Amino acid sequence: MATDISKLGVKATWKDLTEGMIIAGAGTSKEFNTGEWSTAKPEFIEENCKQCLLCTPVCPDSCIPVVDGKRGAFDYEHCKGCGICVKACPFDAIKMEGVN
Amino acid sequence: MSNLTEIRWHGRGGQGAKTAALLLADVAFQTGKYVQGFPEYGPERMGAPITAYNRISDTVIRAHSNIYDPQYVVVVDESLLEAVDVTSGLKKDGAILVNTQRSKEEIIPHLKGYEGKVYIIDAHKVSMATMGKYFPNTPMLAAIVKVAGIMEKDRFLKEMEASFKHKFAGKPEVIEGNMKALEMAFEEVQ
Amino acid sequence: MAKRDRLSGNEAVAIALRQINPDVFPAFPITPSTEIPQYFASFVANGQVDTEFIPVESEHSSMSAAIGASSAGARSLTATSSCGLAYMWEELYIAASNRLPLALALVNRALSGPININCDHSDSMGARDAGWIQMYAENNQEAYDNMVQAYRISEHKDVRLPIMICQDGFITSHAVENIELLEDEEVKNFVGEYAPENYLLNPECPMAVGPYSITDYYMEAKRNQAEGMKHAVQVVKDVAKEFAALSGREYGLFEEYRLDDAETAVVMIGSVAGTTKDAIDKLRDQGEKVGLLKIRLYRPFPAEEIAKALSHVKAVAIMDRAEGYSNQGGPLGADVMAALYRARSQALAVNYVYGLGGRDVRVEDMEGVFATLKQIAADGDAGEMYRYLGVRE
Repeated sequence: MATDISKLGVKATWKDLTEGMIIAGAGTSKEFNTGEWSTAKPEFIEENCKQCLLCTPVCPDSCIPVVDGKRGAFDYEHCKGCGICVKACPFDAIKMEGVN
Repeated sequence: MSNLTEIRWHGRGGQGAKTAALLLADVAFQTGKYVQGFPEYGPERMGAPITAYNRISDTVIRAHSNIYDPQYVVVVDESLLEAVDVTSGLKKDGAILVNTQRSKEEIIPHLKGYEGKVYIIDAHKVSMATMGKYFPNTPMLAAIVKVAGIMEKDRFLKEMEASFKHKFAGKPEVIEGNMKALEMAFEEVQ
Repeated sequence: MAKRDRLSGNEAVAIALRQINPDVFPAFPITPSTEIPQYFASFVANGQVDTEFIPVESEHSSMSAAIGASSAGARSLTATSSCGLAYMWEELYIAASNRLPLALALVNRALSGPININCDHSDSMGARDAGWIQMYAENNQEAYDNMVQAYRISEHKDVRLPIMICQDGFITSHAVENIELLEDEEVKNFVGEYAPENYLLNPECPMAVGPYSITDYYMEAKRNQAEGMKHAVQVVKDVAKEFAALSGREYGLFEEYRLDDAETAVVMIGSVAGTTKDAIDKLRDQGEKVGLLKIRLYRPFPAEEIAKALSHVKAVAIMDRAEGYSNQGGPLGADVMAALYRARSQALAVNYVYGLGGRDVRVEDMEGVFATLKQIAADGDAGEMYRYLGVRE
């Protein structure tokens, strides 16, 4: 049976934890909002974007969705604000505070 | 626990005293007794003095100590008579069995004044005559079974044959020699 | 139908394992436990078990592989002694904190140094706080019986903790003694199939094992783990009851030998308990009211039950086959004395360190301990509470 990880917040008591802290079930990281960890977020400047899609594969958290060959808006629920995509973009289509 | 028989074996690493003690436990077990057979372990070194023990009883054996006051002592290598205090604690109404080519009279002065019974057997002669090699433990096992009255001869030989068939399943050619050694030792011990 | 036999302790445990037919047995040899995987390897070669037997390159690896196999959903185990256990240290905690019900057949041997291959309990005593259930045996029969019961305890859904089945190196592991074996089918039915709810090799529901846990969660995780240990006491009793119905041999958390009306008592673990029983019978024949409490389950530690069993005793000697280097005695002494204190016991207690590195203990030695206890009870003063038995002064 898959673990209900929505119950595993910092307010969970010892009784709420799974034995051995196991997490059963696939793809559960989707339910874990790592977006709250970031202090700065990348910003998508759509008019500069040529849809080269160099940014998508370098994102460590799969936060740049691609639909019909075009990238869409950032998934800020999971983006940790690492800034790698800013470095990858050749067209200044992504900006982020502190990253040149 | 008046029915308890305690036996101490003195041998040298490689002579099979430990194996003989375990075989003796096996044989006594077949007679319906409670048994213990255990060696005093150290680093196993060929030629170093080793000690092994047997307890045989009609009732459950609980003690897990070594044996300090045995009824019987078996000396597998007579050179140990000088090196080890083999008669230490040996009961006067018990006996010592020594593997030697010498006579009883020659052996007794080396037993530090032990007043009990002394038995000897020439395990070298028995072993060479029956197996063509020197394995003192097989003759010594038969000798102590006789001396301590653990089993009568026919039953002993029958049990040992079964035991050897199991033990030497991979080399059945040695069974016959071992059986002959047991039989001869039963007669030779004096 | 029980089968009467005579076996060494190592062979007895190996036979129990053959009857259990576990899924995975990674092994690395070390004296005096080597014979367990050695016998077992022959069972594998003869096709008597279908266990995956994995010769590995170290004890660090054998326990790691057992952990991996257990996480994957297999019933796994390994065997070791002494330095081998020390080399598993890190993995012992991982097995326990991941709540993996694997087994370890431990043959107790002294830790270096000086280097020594003989029995004492310093290896398993050092691992006592790792989160494993620990059970000890007086003789071959108990080692076999404990092994047969091991998985029923460790795999129980309220427990799910690894279990260490300990016996005394050489003294029982290499001594041939009488034993009654259960039939293969009886053991198979008693132990049953292992069916974990979650396991790595479940394609229906993948699983993450051994996650990192930050300060926000670590303490809750450890408290959660402690709950399994709390449940273990009842499970040990329940499994023992079922085992008694099968075998006729009764076990509890500890054994009380002529303790009911005893005025002085000894508390100890392992093979010397048998020697102590002989001493007790001898002294009882002389009118001395002496008894024994032999620990079977050491982790979890049944403190309340032990204090209750000792409640009427005037003086007690707690025997440790391991040093604690606390300047107070050994680990069993500390545990039993704490139990007595919690129960507001008035018993006078002394703690002996004995039998280190295989030092032999005779019936006469234990008679001497009881004589000391008698004097302590008469004086109303325990005197020096940290003592050595059988050391050349």
